[in-house]
Amino acid sequence: MKKSIFLGTVAAATLTAGMGMADTLADVKARGELNCGVNTGLVGFAAPDANGNWTGFDVDVCKAVAAAVLGDPAKVKYVPTTGQTRFTALASGEVDVLARNSTWTFSRDTDLKLDFAGVNYYDGQGFMVSKDLGVTSAKELDGATVCIQTGTTTELNLADYFKANNMTYTPVNIDSNAEGEQQYMAGACDAYTTDASGLAATRAAFADPENHIILPEIISKEPLGPAVRHGDSNWGDIVRWTLYALIAAEEYGITSKNIEELAKSSQNPEVQRLLGTTDDLGAMIGLDKEWARRAIAASGNYGEIFAANIGEQTPIGLARGLNAQWTQGGLMYAMPFR
Amino acid sequence: MSDTAIPAQTPFRLSMLIYDRRYRSLTFQVIVFILVMAFGWWLISNTIENLRVLGKDFNFGFLFQRAGYDIPQPPIPYTSDDTHLRAAVVGVLNTLIVTVLGCIAATVLGVIVGVARLSNNWLFARLMTIYVEAFRNVPLLLWILVVFSVFREVLPPPNAFRGENATASMIFFDNVALTNRYTAIPTLGMTNDPGSLDLGWRITISWATIAFAVALIGGWLVHRAIANWAQKTQDQTGSRPTTWWMSLAVMTVPSLLLIWYFGLHLIPPEMKGFNFVGGLNISNGLVALWLALTLYTAAFIAEIVRAGILAISKGQSEASFALGISPRRTMSLVVLPQALRVIIPPLISQYLNLMKNSSLAIAVGFMDLKGTLGGTTLNQTGRELESILLMMGIYLILSLIISAGMNYFNSRVKLKER
Repeated sequence: MKKSIFLGTVAAATLTAGMGMADTLADVKARGELNCGVNTGLVGFAAPDANGNWTGFDVDVCKAVAAAVLGDPAKVKYVPTTGQTRFTALASGEVDVLARNSTWTFSRDTDLKLDFAGVNYYDGQGFMVSKDLGVTSAKELDGATVCIQTGTTTELNLADYFKANNMTYTPVNIDSNAEGEQQYMAGACDAYTTDASGLAATRAAFADPENHIILPEIISKEPLGPAVRHGDSNWGDIVRWTLYALIAAEEYGITSKNIEELAKSSQNPEVQRLLGTTDDLGAMIGLDKEWARRAIAASGNYGEIFAANIGEQTPIGLARGLNAQWTQGGLMYAMPFR
Repeated sequence: MSDTAIPAQTPFRLSMLIYDRRYRSLTFQVIVFILVMAFGWWLISNTIENLRVLGKDFNFGFLFQRAGYDIPQPPIPYTSDDTHLRAAVVGVLNTLIVTVLGCIAATVLGVIVGVARLSNNWLFARLMTIYVEAFRNVPLLLWILVVFSVFREVLPPPNAFRGENATASMIFFDNVALTNRYTAIPTLGMTNDPGSLDLGWRITISWATIAFAVALIGGWLVHRAIANWAQKTQDQTGSRPTTWWMSLAVMTVPSLLLIWYFGLHLIPPEMKGFNFVGGLNISNGLVALWLALTLYTAAFIAEIVRAGILAISKGQSEASFALGISPRRTMSLVVLPQALRVIIPPLISQYLNLMKNSSLAIAVGFMDLKGTLGGTTLNQTGRELESILLMMGIYLILSLIISAGMNYFNSRVKLKER
């Protein structure tokens, strides 16, 4: 009797544990909070400020999703993850969405059972060196000691690049960006390598950014984007289209300032559909009519988010480059809202 | 009428399982067994179920795929084209290297400190107490980071050794350079290289190494034979022949001859490009890890040694003094051999702890088993369960081997009671 009740409970627990994984939207709504996996601290992308409030380019994606799903961009619990822990955190359900400058690759998409919802930053791997080293090209790094974050695609690119160019190097394996910064600043490595955007962000936090250069070679393609667990397509759709909503908003000139006005007065059918003035696109993904309006209002459209966190007016000073709208010669292209 | 009153056989009732002493212990054992099995079954079925939901399978095929990442200074040849399996083996070897080095150094230091804490010199004994308490009571990870940071911030970068007006210079006749990345030491070169023995799996051992090993072990055995002969002569004649020069000769002359034959010489490291090349660069990660593990574990060993010495009755040393044996020889001939019996069992635990603690290596970028199999490989392949289980299995096997070896040693030295 006792035994059968116990086993029954166990079986039920197993079953619910199994089923619980499948409906992330219901889980998030029930919890009233979005668990968002972010970087442990990369200025411009995700870093807590002096008051402990998270800000950054990736953080704004979390905020937009929370605004779309829960109606409040503040209802996010930020879970700092390292290069080593991020995918486990996502797979185990510790976070609902991973917005942590993670590269979209074949094996991550398939073998790791992730789904990338899109690309919010087209990046490439670069090298940063101290100016007084006198190095002007990555091809001159033969024999150098290179700091590298373990568990990243950059670790593999680095090995491939030096091998392809017949050069040797000594890797110094580090666990987080902060540790990499310390090692690099102390001269424990000649060069620091990671995504070029990450290098710019790291350099911006230095006391003497003018004494360090990012070498011109970009040795890999690093499309960074938010990822979700494989197998919950609806949740994947929500994150994907929230990202597209931000990108489309820039294309149609919807900003956080004029959004209310446009929602009332815009005659552009595309804008009307996006902002929920006419069609009810939200119902198709299990949300309400105004989901995209709230997502865009949270921190502005893609261009505003870029400019506020990592753009040329910020200390990080990244140009739009590949990340400009397709109409401006870039790769940012939102699928049609129809 | 011999109606002996046979007590009526009480029929078995269910409540007897609890209230009857004969059955009670059995009942509880069965219940506990069922609970444990149910818990185990729940763990396994939950894992299988969750893996199924995630769409993942359980297989170790990833071990034979290309690793794709580099490991600084692998003890056996390794490139990014090798498999994850080979990377894991490199990790195991690195773990073993730091464990062996750490156990030796910690034992030597621990014995010295343990004895010193009992010293009559007040200041010396108190200093040792401070050392023991400081290292025992602060987490090991902090010590590793402290040692590593000190190396990184205090020592000059290799850059400082470059150019006409270098701000740093090498020591030991320009043979050793202490930098904030590594310690560059000379390697050994041979003008008359005998080649190497191929052990397969791209692992080779130089014939010279084998020759030296044979010379040293052979020398040691001959030395033992000489000592035996001296003892025998002493037993028979009462006077011990002078043998130190014979022992010295058999232990050194063959090696010296080999050095001359192979043309052994030092190749000092030289600054070239970004780093020192030509010599052997021992990374600060390894040194910091080794030093911190040594200092930390030695503090515990010191306490074990002190306890072992205090466990020997005072009469033993007093008797020894009464025979006119000097304090130093009393310690090494009378007290320590007896104390060993008390010391060795807890010492085994410390060795095991040291090996397990070495898994903190990744904090200083030293690629041990946790850094390769449990770090980069796990991350690049996404095989968490397989990697962690395999890693646990390897640590378990290493622990069991250490413990078996130490238990054998213990059974050799323990008090034989017949």
